Amino acid sequence: MTTTPETLKRTPLHDVHVALGAKMVPFAGFEMPVTYPSGINSEHRAVREDVGVFDVSHMGEFEITGPDRNAFVQRVTCNDVSALSPGQAQYSGILTKDGTFVDDCLVYRFEDKLMMVVNASNIQKDWDHILDQKAGANVRLRDISDETALLAVQGPKAEALVGQLTSIGVAMVPYYHFAQGKVAGVQCFISRTGYTGEDGFELYCRAADVEKLWHALVGAGRAEPVGLGARDTLRLEAGLPLYGNDIDDTTTPYEAGLAFIVKLEKGAPFTGLEALKHQKLDGVKRRLIGFKVTEPKAIARHDYPVFLDGTQVDVVRSGTVTPTVNAAIGTTYLPADRARAGTKIEIDIRGKMVTAETVKLPFVPHRTKK
Amino acid sequence: MSSIPEELRYTKDHEWVRESDGPQVVEVGITDYAQGELGDVVFVELPKASVAFKQRDVFGTIEAVKAVSELYSPVAGTILEINKALEQDPALVNRDPYGKGWMVKVKIKDPRELEGLLRADAYAKHVGE
Repeated sequence: MTTTPETLKRTPLHDVHVALGAKMVPFAGFEMPVTYPSGINSEHRAVREDVGVFDVSHMGEFEITGPDRNAFVQRVTCNDVSALSPGQAQYSGILTKDGTFVDDCLVYRFEDKLMMVVNASNIQKDWDHILDQKAGANVRLRDISDETALLAVQGPKAEALVGQLTSIGVAMVPYYHFAQGKVAGVQCFISRTGYTGEDGFELYCRAADVEKLWHALVGAGRAEPVGLGARDTLRLEAGLPLYGNDIDDTTTPYEAGLAFIVKLEKGAPFTGLEALKHQKLDGVKRRLIGFKVTEPKAIARHDYPVFLDGTQVDVVRSGTVTPTVNAAIGTTYLPADRARAGTKIEIDIRGKMVTAETVKLPFVPHRTKK
Repeated sequence: MSSIPEELRYTKDHEWVRESDGPQVVEVGITDYAQGELGDVVFVELPKASVAFKQRDVFGTIEAVKAVSELYSPVAGTILEINKALEQDPALVNRDPYGKGWMVKVKIKDPRELEGLLRADAYAKHVGE
């Protein structure tokens, strides 16, 4: 995405990040902190070993109200909304007619509404795509992205940190459930979700209140601020897909190893259903798989060509070096019959062919609370 | 504000040059500004000793977690020595870019090329500081 500095949006915490010495970069139309002075490695470790806080207020939120809200979200997403009780959330996909991703998203079910959380880079595209399917549905859609802030508190000490700032019994909130209440005096949706593979919470609050919440969470003896750089290394270690890299409008949930979000039998038609039925019957031709580079001093980055038996089969979808073990890892799509652990591939790293070996995702086991 | 020592010479590609061990030998590294932009350095790929480079030839690669960058030879010359400590601890480039994070020592071919490099104030202007 190309943006000029004038058009970049800022989260409500922009000045707080600058004051902390963060390196700000353009991301999805926003000016976002990629690292703070402690650096990616240290921020990454803080989340794996202690607790870190991410400002991810750039994420998009849509609120869906009205009598047909559940049926409508059933139509525009591939997971089963009827399986959700109020207070529950699910990971899902917004798909094209071809069954490929318009975006991946979270769906939250409240007593009187639903909330969809989408990628910042896709807010407008998702909104248009969803609105196009509104005909006949008695629902009210509201893009609440600008008025909604989001902090992700992630790491083994997240529960202790959030718990001491609220009277809500957060220890009793199961994975992919949420509660509503005050954290540090700020009204929040306290969601036990995240994008790191660690236990933790995502706290949604009003944009005007987020600075108070941030200062209650961040500081000595509390959480370390963590930027988008470590968010990417953490999510890739955890095998969690990134839209635009691992999934996009040419890839389907089956190909991406996300069959668990496709509910063909949910009893309601949804966009992409027919295409995915066929793909399930026929079997996928390719699958997303992880790899580790087997040569030292070689990092396979996004878009580098990937070869199997001497023929280019794909590009590196996501690629980085994991701060924890200092190994170069990544993801790519391979023909389905070769997309299993132990396949040797080659990657063209700026003109030099290096070898890599496929491994099952995730690279680091999840430690989320079930 | 990054550190830009007065006594060094600089390139627009963010290398620094220090005259040392006699007038024909210089030490080369990357600036504090450059290491800050790159972030945590993961490894530095350097040439072997005795390899010759022209001015602005790529003499190595520096990889950080989120970025990769080429290293450009600030002057024409021959590699005399490389900083082997970077093999074990590439983060020296982040911690001490003008000291323990040096990269190569070069026997320069034409000392007049040094005159063409940026002084500290010009480099500071170049990076907008």
